[in-house]
Amino acid sequence: MILEVQGLTKRFALHELGRTVDAFADLEFTLSAGEFLLVAGGNGVGKSTLLRTLYRTYRASSGAAFYNSHRGRIDLTRAADVDIVLLRREELGFVTQFLRPRPRVSALELVAEPLLFAGVRQEEALRRSSESLELFGLKRELWEAYPSTFSGGEQQKVNLARALIQPRRLLLLDEPTASLDATARAALRERLAALKAEGMAMIGVLHHPEDATGLLDREIRLEAPSGSDARLLEALEADYVA
Amino acid sequence: MTTFSADFSTRASQPPIQLEPPRLEIAQPILEVRDLNKSYGSVRALEEVSLELYPREVLGVVGESGSGKSTLLRVLNLEEQPEGGEYHLGIPPYEGRNLLQLERFERRALRVKHIGIVYQNPHLGLRMNNTSSGNVAERLVIAGERRFHALRAAARGSLEVSEFPISRMDDPPRKLSGGMQQRVQLAKAIALKPALLLLDEPTTGLDVSVQALVLDTLRRLQRDLGIAMLVVSHDLGVIRTLSDRVVVMRHGRVVESGLTDQVLEDPQHPYTQQLVHAKL
Repeated sequence: MILEVQGLTKRFALHELGRTVDAFADLEFTLSAGEFLLVAGGNGVGKSTLLRTLYRTYRASSGAAFYNSHRGRIDLTRAADVDIVLLRREELGFVTQFLRPRPRVSALELVAEPLLFAGVRQEEALRRSSESLELFGLKRELWEAYPSTFSGGEQQKVNLARALIQPRRLLLLDEPTASLDATARAALRERLAALKAEGMAMIGVLHHPEDATGLLDREIRLEAPSGSDARLLEALEADYVA
Repeated sequence: MTTFSADFSTRASQPPIQLEPPRLEIAQPILEVRDLNKSYGSVRALEEVSLELYPREVLGVVGESGSGKSTLLRVLNLEEQPEGGEYHLGIPPYEGRNLLQLERFERRALRVKHIGIVYQNPHLGLRMNNTSSGNVAERLVIAGERRFHALRAAARGSLEVSEFPISRMDDPPRKLSGGMQQRVQLAKAIALKPALLLLDEPTTGLDVSVQALVLDTLRRLQRDLGIAMLVVSHDLGVIRTLSDRVVVMRHGRVVESGLTDQVLEDPQHPYTQQLVHAKL
């Protein structure tokens, strides 16, 4: 078992408005190595909030999420910040559709960066970076260019190439395919299938679940709890910058 | 049901779930301060401030002017003596000692060798009329190096790592742009490969595009050299770019601490919520 979620509840306390917003309450599910769990439900029911709560971008209000790390079992809702930093570096991944390009950092470098932070040598990191860009179909002449100048679709390819360059033990996917072309979507499916076969567990919020046909094992359906506010929750989620 | 009040009392926020002490991270903190207090007359600049920094980590300190963040940095750089508290660095032979009790000469030796600092104002960190290479070499001279070629090579190496244009290494800082002056400060700060790098608003006042490049250099440096860094800034963008964790200060107190993305996306304390939303 990779993950055991028990009674997980997220409620935002908005001090300025003097009110709370419930995102989800009492969630229970488990996830094993190599499994892909789809998070389904309508707009504003807290699907993204669930992923962010597991990644600890959001603090849970109650409940637990026991994660079996290589280094031991730990509750993600209570783990020390430095432990989460460590897990994010080594085991936990989060993929969105947004790339944060930086001025004068080439696509090749940007994709290689997670490997460099993990201590992989420059030459090896750049080689794997080019493989990853190749897989997602970014044109070769763009590899040395700066992604800040790219179109949305090209930026997404760089984003996926970067996010999926390292194997993760648990990967959280938040609508990663929004404006991707068919080739890149097929590449994503292929890459996820390979990582899944190696035992990577995944939890995904997918705009087009058909992108993951044949990979999905189970789904949980979120429904708005009483005390929720779909519009406010969507606004909170939209503030997010990966 | 969570209760909250609109007033920003100085009590720490009540997070929904109390966090556990580190269990997976087995390294000891490289820096640890406990219960720092400092007043200027009736103004409490630091009140019971405690924090730790782990090896290879970047910790951000945010707050508005008057929050105590600059005082904290001066205390960590041993420039300022607080009224009470403890300060430990996990560096031999200082391990286990409260650095606030060091003799003056020991304090200076520790600073030169193990702590680098970059100030917002380059005049504080550089001799503006000396050559840039000379500024960098100065630290090595203080540490005992006297051979001209060794000094020059080390200064050059340090400037290169800081992505300073080497053709200008003998220009005095007063002739350089703001971004380049910060690179000279950085080269000087890392010349002796310190265990700790302190950054005081390192890019404030620079053009946005120059700021992005200097931040990129800092990230690369941190990645390649693995120096633990503490960066003080009022700019949440700088903090987001550089730091893994962040502490939020107000009126000399730490009101909230957490992962950088968590503090910015799901702030718990009323003051942090106001601070974050003011910048959106």
